[in-house]
Amino acid sequence: MLSFILRRILEAIPTLLVLITISFFLIRFAPGSPFTSERKMPPEVLANIEAKYGFDKPLYQQYWSYLSGLARGDLGPSFVYKDYSVSELVGKAFPVSLKIGLTVFVVSVTLGILLGILAALYQNTWADYTIMSFSVAGIVIPTYVIAPLLVLFFAIHLKWLPAGGWNDGGWQYMLLPVAAMAKGFTGYIARIMRGSMIEVLNQDFIRTARAKGLPTRTIMLRHALRPAMLPLASVLGPAMVGIITGSVVIENIFGIPGMGQLFVNGALNRDYSMVLGLTVLVGALTIAFNAIVDIAYAYIDPKIRYS
Amino acid sequence: MLATARKGLIESLQDNVEVRGRSLWEDAWQRFLGNRAAIVSLFVLAFIALFVMVAPMLSSYAYDEPDWGAMHAPPSWESGHYFGTDALGRDLFVRAALGGRISLLVGILGTLVAVLIGTAYGAIAGFIGGRLDRLMMRWVEILDSMPFMFFVIVLVTIFGRNFLLIFVAIGAVSWTGMARVVRGQTLSLKNKEFIEATHIYGLPRLLIISRHIVPNVLGLVAVYATLLVPGMILFESFLSFLGLGVQEPMTSWGALLNEGAQTMEVAVWQLVVPAMLMVSTLFCFNFIGDGLRDALDPKDR
Repeated sequence: MLSFILRRILEAIPTLLVLITISFFLIRFAPGSPFTSERKMPPEVLANIEAKYGFDKPLYQQYWSYLSGLARGDLGPSFVYKDYSVSELVGKAFPVSLKIGLTVFVVSVTLGILLGILAALYQNTWADYTIMSFSVAGIVIPTYVIAPLLVLFFAIHLKWLPAGGWNDGGWQYMLLPVAAMAKGFTGYIARIMRGSMIEVLNQDFIRTARAKGLPTRTIMLRHALRPAMLPLASVLGPAMVGIITGSVVIENIFGIPGMGQLFVNGALNRDYSMVLGLTVLVGALTIAFNAIVDIAYAYIDPKIRYS
Repeated sequence: MLATARKGLIESLQDNVEVRGRSLWEDAWQRFLGNRAAIVSLFVLAFIALFVMVAPMLSSYAYDEPDWGAMHAPPSWESGHYFGTDALGRDLFVRAALGGRISLLVGILGTLVAVLIGTAYGAIAGFIGGRLDRLMMRWVEILDSMPFMFFVIVLVTIFGRNFLLIFVAIGAVSWTGMARVVRGQTLSLKNKEFIEATHIYGLPRLLIISRHIVPNVLGLVAVYATLLVPGMILFESFLSFLGLGVQEPMTSWGALLNEGAQTMEVAVWQLVVPAMLMVSTLFCFNFIGDGLRDALDPKDR
């Protein structure tokens, strides 16, 4: 087991390195620079600015200094927010996205698994159809249609909740964004859970458990739940990263100062060091979560360890 | 006695075989026909496709010409604005159809690119195996780890606002899921007897992949592709939300939705019309995909 964990971690390092390298050079070769603006700058000023950010050095030196900065946890200076480093900005935004993301994760995983189990238990009855219709609706109705409707109803019409803002994450401010963000993931998880649960329920060991006369609840909790959740684990790793690193749409609509906002502003302002830093961060998180999922699988299923 | 009985049995079996001769695809088709949600979805989708194609010809209004006398006009039969007008007085009936053309086109185009690349990639990686397989799948893992926003940013800076090119490019990065699925299926096919037979026959590996592996994973690919199309359409609407979508006066369902969400307090039909069209399309693709999966799933046979 230990050798498997070590091997998996060692495999992740070159993957991450390739990812950093590709992102770095793709961004560097993208046309347009953050310093081209409508107002023409004198060439000396431009040269000074470029020297400040190290753009006058050869590319391989820039790459090397970026890598060594990364090793120290330094993502470089922001091109647009002067006097701020990318790490500082991310350090402020990440906890916000993380707080929303973890709430969304807990809500949608719990709800999704419950709904999926119910739909599988009552397969092809009205309960199943209702749950699945709502799940598909949650997936296909775009967030930016639901979110304004929620605001319109709960904030403007009923005046129960604030229409937006963050206010250090008071629960009134979290409720609507979390609801808008969780509907898609809940539906997604419920669908996967239903599919894998139906597959498990058709297997012989469940028939045996039924034949023994076990009550449905015991069968579900003791025998069916664990194998049915296996396919979910491989989806949850990457999904978790997507959730905790912030939703562009949600943060935009509710005015939440999280990572999604940084990403969009970075893109629109051509703040390339910001975009690159976020890409590296999200990439590293994804690779890490994939490794964790693999290790978890190996822990559950010995066959994987030795293949 | 026994011999004649056996002979009779064989003959009756042969008769039955003649009656019951159906291919796996016919079986799958029969099962698909039995799936009510999928069949209804198929008809609804065909209707939407028809609407998108012929609606502009049925209206006397053009998609880009404002009707100055009818800005923010609600739907009405008398004026000929069946779905109302937008903030500039442009006819929504025509614009919804034109936007639908764009949305469906990008959905199908992006999926097509993803299917072509993903199938070839997955089949080659799975069939050849070994070091090549490990290398190819590592590359998939790297692509999967990059945030989607990053691709969007890079692609938009490279292609500018060329809408169709962006979707070809998006298709070219979203094939990884398809490649994983096809590879998994290829791995389980590769040791089957009929593939061994092709080895004995001396077929070159590329021919084995294209003639014998790929046709056998097509069912799965079809399922996955039907589920990719709605993803692409949603992605288009996301681009429109960011303001990176099609350029005015051209439009798409995503762009219409985005405009509608901004004016929903005064002109709710501007949100409802594109939302209904897009959401029903996405629903249909999902149900058809589910129906195909149930029909082609060998475990149910």
